[in-house]
Amino acid sequence: MADPAPAAEDLSQWTAVVTPNRGWLDLRLRQIWAYRDLIVLFFKRDFVASYKQTILGPFWFFAQPLMTSVVFWVVFGRIGKIVTKGVPQFLFFMAGIILWNFFSSCLIKTSTTFTSNSSLFGKVYFPRLTVPLSVVLTNLATFGFQFVMFLGFFAVAWWFDVPVHPNARLLVLPFLLLEIAALAVGVGCIVAAATVRYRDLAVIIQFGVQLWMYASCVVYPLSAVGPAYRGFFVLNPMVPIIESFRYGFIGYGEIHFWELALSMGMTALLLVIGVVSFSRVERTHLDSI
Amino acid sequence: MSTVIRVENLSKRYRLGVINRRMLYEDLQSRWARWRGKDDPNAKVDARRTTTHAELWALKDVEFEVRDGDVLGVIGHNGSGKSTLLKILSQITAPTTGRALIKGKVASLLEVGTGFHPELTGRDNVFLNGVILGMRHEEVARKFDEIVAFSGVEEFIDTPVKRYSSGMRVRLAFAVAAHLDPEILIIDEVLAVGDQSFQQKCLGKIGEVAREGRTVLFVSHNAAAVENLCDRGIVLEHGRLIFTGTQSEAIQYYVNREDHSDNSNLAERTDRSGTGDVRIVGLNLRGERGEPITTASAGRAVEIHLLFENLSGKPFPNLMATIHVRTHFDAPVFIQQNRLTGDSFGALPERGALVCRLPRLPLPASVYRVGFSLNSEGKGGQVLDSILHAVDLPVETGDFFGTGLLPPVLRGVCLVEAEWRLEAQVEAAAV
Repeated sequence: MADPAPAAEDLSQWTAVVTPNRGWLDLRLRQIWAYRDLIVLFFKRDFVASYKQTILGPFWFFAQPLMTSVVFWVVFGRIGKIVTKGVPQFLFFMAGIILWNFFSSCLIKTSTTFTSNSSLFGKVYFPRLTVPLSVVLTNLATFGFQFVMFLGFFAVAWWFDVPVHPNARLLVLPFLLLEIAALAVGVGCIVAAATVRYRDLAVIIQFGVQLWMYASCVVYPLSAVGPAYRGFFVLNPMVPIIESFRYGFIGYGEIHFWELALSMGMTALLLVIGVVSFSRVERTHLDSI
Repeated sequence: MSTVIRVENLSKRYRLGVINRRMLYEDLQSRWARWRGKDDPNAKVDARRTTTHAELWALKDVEFEVRDGDVLGVIGHNGSGKSTLLKILSQITAPTTGRALIKGKVASLLEVGTGFHPELTGRDNVFLNGVILGMRHEEVARKFDEIVAFSGVEEFIDTPVKRYSSGMRVRLAFAVAAHLDPEILIIDEVLAVGDQSFQQKCLGKIGEVAREGRTVLFVSHNAAAVENLCDRGIVLEHGRLIFTGTQSEAIQYYVNREDHSDNSNLAERTDRSGTGDVRIVGLNLRGERGEPITTASAGRAVEIHLLFENLSGKPFPNLMATIHVRTHFDAPVFIQQNRLTGDSFGALPERGALVCRLPRLPLPASVYRVGFSLNSEGKGGQVLDSILHAVDLPVETGDFFGTGLLPPVLRGVCLVEAEWRLEAQVEAAAV
């Protein structure tokens, strides 16, 4: 249409303007705030439903990291002879595992947002980002239980004078958790947006996350990586996070401030890319299911 | 009254079958090739010339306005774009072109019980469902008692929903939806569920919302509901808006547009039930003097001839023939049976016609659906042959009352004979 552009039309009298495309940065974050009750209710729903009608109920929160820690301890600690410089290997592994669990379950759950909620999304509108946010809450609660368990083992170790050295770096823990959540949601959203078009990504992400774990210093300390590869390893945002966490508790680990800053920068970038692509897709994903 | 919904040039295109066929790997390969200026290795051979994919325009250039307080009925066949329109207005999916402007808080009810979780109790689900539909938590809490009372499942409110019957689930879900208090309410076919009395309750609630002066968009196959609840109607066909007007005009337009091909030959029909001992192979309409007709007239005689074939060799002396007439929207209008009129056919020959004569057709102009069934006995017999919707019966308006005045169109489902008079001296007590 060659109409002269209508003088910027006043749309402020309308509550909603439904158009084919929105601006790249029109993320409607205020709407998410308006739906904050929904985030809480999704969290309650997922949390309650996750242990109803299971034999052991909430026990599963502890069983999984506990058993994995034991297995890692035997396989990597005893057989593989990973060197942790006198730090109890069991605690060393458990610290990595509970952090990694938090990250990987947030990531995987977020990445299936569109596929596992398509029937709900097809019938009612609400800001779709509420789903990843509630996923973070749910997994944060799970992490809370596992963290308490970890603290229990930690206290026992301390009591028996095992060489652990909690220190002031513990204070960054809340920020580390926030960063993990941001990274998981960012990457998860990118994958979620892409799975709408490419279904094979849903499979890739499952074992991709497993591989990522082996690149993230969960089963070995960063110091075990030779200096030649170190610069390469710290490009993985999860490495400085896990190293910092372990450093805070057991006083063993090495991470430079600039490495943590780089990790945070990358996380922020991934989060922005993720949220933008997520909100591009949320309005059309139903057309391709 | 101001405009609360303005739909401008709205279109929605679906690509058929091209989106999900690709792997990430192929897309990267194509992009890499194009970036280097080479041919796309995955392109179809003549993709350059024919750029059109299989496309479906679920909506095409739809424009209309809804004013504050309107109750708009959206009418159309399955696949006419009704649901797509509601989904765009509910912001579930984005349009391809055009836009829709909406003023006020919208609640859309495209399904009853969206987001119910079976493991949670009725109470938890009321909150979850209410908040999904856009209420605040404290708003649900405030209306909670009212919602539960409306649903009638008070006793089980702390039982997990998975133990509910489907009827109870629907009741609870509709109760939540009924208490949304939006300025604009969008409803899609939700009344197709639940029992009769509950449907009435739902319709009553929607009517109440409408009378409060709120705006309602209502999609239903229930013409009576559209007729009663709505004051305006639009008709969609193949994604295009083909009619806008009052709800009665819209229903009439929709009904008249129907394609009434000659389907009087029933021998090949497969949508039938019964033993098949006697089969109806044709259904003919005859007029006043026995002449074949395709359209019946109100107030005139019409004969419905059921041409049968009896290959069983049995006489079926107590044969019961039933003709049922339904509206275009499948609401029953009347049935007629030879048992009711006390007529019997005697021994049935191999071929012939069962004729039902209606001396003065009491139907207003519209298109009706005619079905039949044959039973071997009046009571306790077997169904020999039956087709629910055998033919369409178009009825044109006519001089039913013998006064030369035509009955008003679409005011009721039947025409009734009557006489009017004035009585001047009426004692008050007799009134």
